[in-house]
Amino acid sequence: MISREKKRGSRLWTVVDIFTRSKLALVGLFIVTVLIVVAACAPWIAPHDPLKHNYMHLMEPPSPSFPLGTDNYGRGILSRIIYGAKYALLLGMAIVAIEGLIGVTLGLLAGYYGKTVEMVIMRITDVMLSIPAIVLALAVAGLLGGGLINVIIAVGVVGWRGYTRLVRSEVLSIKEEFYVEAARASGASNTGIILRHVLPNISTSIIVYMSLSIPSAILWAAGLSFLGLGAQPPTPEWGAMLSNGRDFMRRAWWMTTFPGLAIMFTVLGFNFLGDGLRDALDPKMAGRSEG
Amino acid sequence: MTKYILRRLLLFIPALIGVTILTSSLIYLSPGDPARLMLGPQARTEAIVQLREEMGLDRPFYLRYLDWMGKVFRGNLGRSLQRNEGVADMIMARVPATLQLAFFALIIALLIAIPTGVFSALHPNSLFDNVARFFAVFWISMPSFWLGLVLLLLFSLRLDWLPISGQGGPIWTATGMLHIILPAFALGARRVAILTRLIRSRMMEILQEDYIRTARSKGLSERIVVYRHAFRNVLIPVVTVLGLQIPWLFSGSVIIEKVFAWPGMGRMLIDAVFKRDYPVVQGSILVFGILVMLINLAVDLTYAYIDPRIKYD
Repeated sequence: MISREKKRGSRLWTVVDIFTRSKLALVGLFIVTVLIVVAACAPWIAPHDPLKHNYMHLMEPPSPSFPLGTDNYGRGILSRIIYGAKYALLLGMAIVAIEGLIGVTLGLLAGYYGKTVEMVIMRITDVMLSIPAIVLALAVAGLLGGGLINVIIAVGVVGWRGYTRLVRSEVLSIKEEFYVEAARASGASNTGIILRHVLPNISTSIIVYMSLSIPSAILWAAGLSFLGLGAQPPTPEWGAMLSNGRDFMRRAWWMTTFPGLAIMFTVLGFNFLGDGLRDALDPKMAGRSEG
Repeated sequence: MTKYILRRLLLFIPALIGVTILTSSLIYLSPGDPARLMLGPQARTEAIVQLREEMGLDRPFYLRYLDWMGKVFRGNLGRSLQRNEGVADMIMARVPATLQLAFFALIIALLIAIPTGVFSALHPNSLFDNVARFFAVFWISMPSFWLGLVLLLLFSLRLDWLPISGQGGPIWTATGMLHIILPAFALGARRVAILTRLIRSRMMEILQEDYIRTARSKGLSERIVVYRHAFRNVLIPVVTVLGLQIPWLFSGSVIIEKVFAWPGMGRMLIDAVFKRDYPVVQGSILVFGILVMLINLAVDLTYAYIDPRIKYD
């Protein structure tokens, strides 16, 4: 028992060690931490109300009282960006959770049961891969009728394709392992084997893949909001802010510039963090993005 | 070779049937009534019921689907609910613009990525290499539509060097070229990052290979070693990645077309989605699917051309 604890401890230590040795991973961790703190403390750190109209300060350039300027309703861009952090984080996580759930389930079924089940699932995956993702997400979101929840559903039901492929191939190699055979011989049910023996052994790959998917989930959600299908005004969501600022580009460059920078740094942070996690947790995948 | 192409084309059929079932059920399941939407909120119930009958909206799902499929096989994608135009004609009028945009985005991406990647690989960790890698990280994290807006702000509104939106004219004219620069760059920027990284790392690996040492020891000039011997072998993974990027290019072009008011299929699709113009939505998704499949086939055939070791039969 003790030796097992110790072993687990040393494994964790190696992961932490590899992770902290990468400067970029630490930068990523820092950006994401700042983002979480900002999202959680928005009511206390935002200098102004993100929703209240202020007709005395319409489209003012950055100034000491409004560090990033104001929009066409006199709302401070900085305050809206601070409140918007929450949406970026929640959208990113929720989308990844949904696509992960669908993709992992299908991948487990395809890889474990094989034969017809596998053929049907992989055919569906191929069909989904032949349609450009945003085209499908756009159709789903548009037909469902916009709104944050529908964006999550739209991107989530489109984004699972990569998970299915990954999980299926991992399951295929694990299925033949001795411990799976042993579990089957001792009378464990298929569900039991999948949940207790297969899933835990591929969980690292899934976690890595999920963390690498967060940036694109955030970009997609912002893109749909930009098109007017996601967050609806007056929600201070970054994509929606960009869409609004677009109409006033000639007069107020700050309305489009800063929300975009916020998206960029968020995506950058998650990219660095994801790469760092991959290198630390899944060394065999290391360096993939470089290649 | 011909047999291979035929087999691949035959495989399109089940995939396309899948795509059509998917889009049809999506439309069937979606809330909102196009008949009500077309007639407006003041419309009388009888009028709506009548229009629903005319449009076939009252029939069961499978009948509507089979009916639509029957027409699709005859090249008829139905009529737009919003404009009195055939969907097939609307799409045909806009496909060239979308393809041009995607094509130029790729060209711009390659024009930047190839020299950057090769130079970085030849001088790893030099100032140039570090700057290029730094930029790559930014390109990859930037939302393309925001980059589009920033480019518009800078080059069209501030500097007044390039036109703001639209297509201007045919692509072979000077105005047409000026109009495509910004949208194509905004769309291609992410690809620049992906391709530069790929070319750099593959090139560095290949430069370590034995055959490169052999080529050098034969006294060949560095230029021939790099371009004739090393670079040719970088092209194979580049083509693979390009193939994988095509669906993403179309995805990106949907939003970029909206930003730059580019008269392509993406913008048409967005408008159709907002107006619940179902035949247009269905038709454009189908055509996007066909385009992606055709381009993937073309990519696979390109392998055989660049890498003589690959043979299809």
